[in-house]
Amino acid sequence: MNWSSWLLWGFASTVVLTSVLAGSQGFGMTRMNIPYLLGTIFTPSRDRAKFIGFFLHFGNGWIFSLIYVAAFQALQRSTWWLGAIIGLVQAIFVLTMALPVLPALHPRMANEQYGPTVVRQLEPPGFLGLHYGIQTPISVVIAHVIFGAILGTFYTLK
Amino acid sequence: MSAMVAKIQDYAVIGDGRSGALISNRGSIDWLCWPRFDSASIFAALVDPQIGGAWSIRPAQGSNFSRRYINKTNVIETTFSNASDKVVLTDFMPVASEEQKRQMLWPEHELVRHVKCEWGEMELIVDFNPRLDYGRVCPEIKNARKLGWRIEGGTNVFTLRSDVELTPNSNEGLAAKFRLKAGETIAFSLTFSAEGPAVVPPLGDLVAEKLNLTIDWWRRWAAKSNYRGPYERQVIRSALLLKLLSYAPSGAIVAAPTTSLPERIDGDLNWDYRFAWLRDASFTVHALFGLGYKDDAEAFVDWLLHATRLTRPELRVVYDVFGGCPPPECELPQLHGHAGSRPVRIGNVAIEQVQLNIYGEVVEAVSHFGGESEKLDRDMQKMLRQCGEYVCQHWQEPDNGMWEERDKRRHYTHSRLMCWVALDRLIDMHARGQLDGIAVEKCEMERKRIREEIETRAWNAKLEAYVQACGSKELDASALLLAYHGFEVGSSRRMLQTNERIREKLVPRPGLVHRNEKSKDRHEGAFALCSFWEADFLARSGNVSEARRFFEATLAYANDVDLFAEEIDPETGDALGNFPQGFTHLGVINAALSLHDSEERAHKLKS
Repeated sequence: MNWSSWLLWGFASTVVLTSVLAGSQGFGMTRMNIPYLLGTIFTPSRDRAKFIGFFLHFGNGWIFSLIYVAAFQALQRSTWWLGAIIGLVQAIFVLTMALPVLPALHPRMANEQYGPTVVRQLEPPGFLGLHYGIQTPISVVIAHVIFGAILGTFYTLK
Repeated sequence: MSAMVAKIQDYAVIGDGRSGALISNRGSIDWLCWPRFDSASIFAALVDPQIGGAWSIRPAQGSNFSRRYINKTNVIETTFSNASDKVVLTDFMPVASEEQKRQMLWPEHELVRHVKCEWGEMELIVDFNPRLDYGRVCPEIKNARKLGWRIEGGTNVFTLRSDVELTPNSNEGLAAKFRLKAGETIAFSLTFSAEGPAVVPPLGDLVAEKLNLTIDWWRRWAAKSNYRGPYERQVIRSALLLKLLSYAPSGAIVAAPTTSLPERIDGDLNWDYRFAWLRDASFTVHALFGLGYKDDAEAFVDWLLHATRLTRPELRVVYDVFGGCPPPECELPQLHGHAGSRPVRIGNVAIEQVQLNIYGEVVEAVSHFGGESEKLDRDMQKMLRQCGEYVCQHWQEPDNGMWEERDKRRHYTHSRLMCWVALDRLIDMHARGQLDGIAVEKCEMERKRIREEIETRAWNAKLEAYVQACGSKELDASALLLAYHGFEVGSSRRMLQTNERIREKLVPRPGLVHRNEKSKDRHEGAFALCSFWEADFLARSGNVSEARRFFEATLAYANDVDLFAEEIDPETGDALGNFPQGFTHLGVINAALSLHDSEERAHKLKS
């Protein structure tokens, strides 16, 4: 494992991932604000949630890049397309598995069966995150594919 | 759709310092733009009852209507009653302190409608017919079951939650008919979200909590006023309106929350006022400081500094709430206009105009603000120097004037006055040690030249009055501001003569003043602000009892909840123009302050 390469390119690819997701919100592709979504696990305050969520998301990205790097090491191959494929797999996992179970894990997320309560008021993401905009899955896939491609291109095997 | 066409004065406004909604005295929300004052509408029946969109809650059978603002708040209560039954509809946009918002999830934008049966039993009808983008889009309303009804517009989402079961109606909206018995309540919450996940608030106890927080927040703000003078109710209502028109994230104050309410019914004098005009700056700061709202005055001056940064030394006439350029003016042909008054316009052509008066407005605003502090910061000083240099170079040029005449540019007296004000206040601030680096001698010389020009060319010896423009024969109520800004004392012979002419020619009936002869000939309404200038002038000139009479006569034209539009129809007393209008309510506050000062002075002299 090339730790310094992982630190550098894990960081860089997370910067790009975060920027692509923020950009896709800014350009009207999706309403999904990942830092807000994550930050509200810890606080109801909108501003604080975004602040906390930003670091949380950044940390997540960095840690997740470890899995990519482990895969590259295991396959003894690190290319842009391999990274992109892993990114695609991760995006599909996020959209089909992680987002739908979020209402069960997130302490402030409402449930579609029971409706909102005083504590749980956040709109759940729905299938493929479609409640946050019809192009949400596209932006998630694009961001993760780019994330993987950057890692695959620049990570140096050891 | 809302079939009944309400008059302008039939409306009241609620807001949250980001946007506002107009609610008719029959309980119909006929105007709402989200997320900002100048965003596209979701309800616009105000300017087209057929296709604009509205959300009404009303009794199924005929009943009496009355309404009031809950004391010292922007929460409105509409009461439907008959001999044996009474239902109260409470409409508000929740507001709370930042600290309180940190304690709970808070939707980006929310409008709450709470209905309570006080006694008896009443059947009520709800009609929810949203139309997006100024009536262009009839949106699909999706049933998200326990999460309410969802309307998606681009990446924005509106969510409607209700305690009663809503069903699709024939207008592609939602409807419900239900009975409420004494003591029963129901609530509706409409939210807007531009980022996900949206906050979808529950109803029940949380509605009562938000109502209490909102009432408390407005009352706390109102209580900061140190005004204890005559007409306190109207002054506080005006202050509350100004706060409602303030865009909290930036400190900008929009002129009105509406577009294209006509200055002449069936006419084409319909403009978009959902932007911030520098023309109102000095009046705004004077009013806010006068009432003791130092923080709000400071926020407004900060916005002035920020908004003008990109265009200095030239200033734009009008800015959007973040200091950007408002969109170019365009017409919305799909809308038929309020009472058939077309066209409905969005954007404002004033962005292309030149108004030299705004330099004086900005300098005066900062000067007023600076009176409170020892030294102005570097940024502020730089802006003031730039304004001074610009005025020295350009004061002799013609402009479009404060009334934004579109035909041609003239040498308006008011523009000259405000150039004089700019230089006068700069020299004063320099003398007070608040401002460095201005060319004092040049400023003094140009100030003298402006005075000479006003005294010779803006004075019409034949009419014996200051006139609208240099060399003109037309009267203009803005000449009264020569006393307001200290160019002449109110009791001077010239000012008294000018006022006499204005009262002869521009006052159609007690309490009303046309802004000038041209507007009178165009059959526009009397300009409400000018009425308050008249009251202010009378107070300044020492005629306090007449000032009071005139002020009271004007106040009588306010609607039942003390709100004014831009103009008043002298024949019918109906409100005309955008509503409610911040500029008019600045007039209420400033005239009351003058009256209060004059009365106190007179009282001291007597004792």
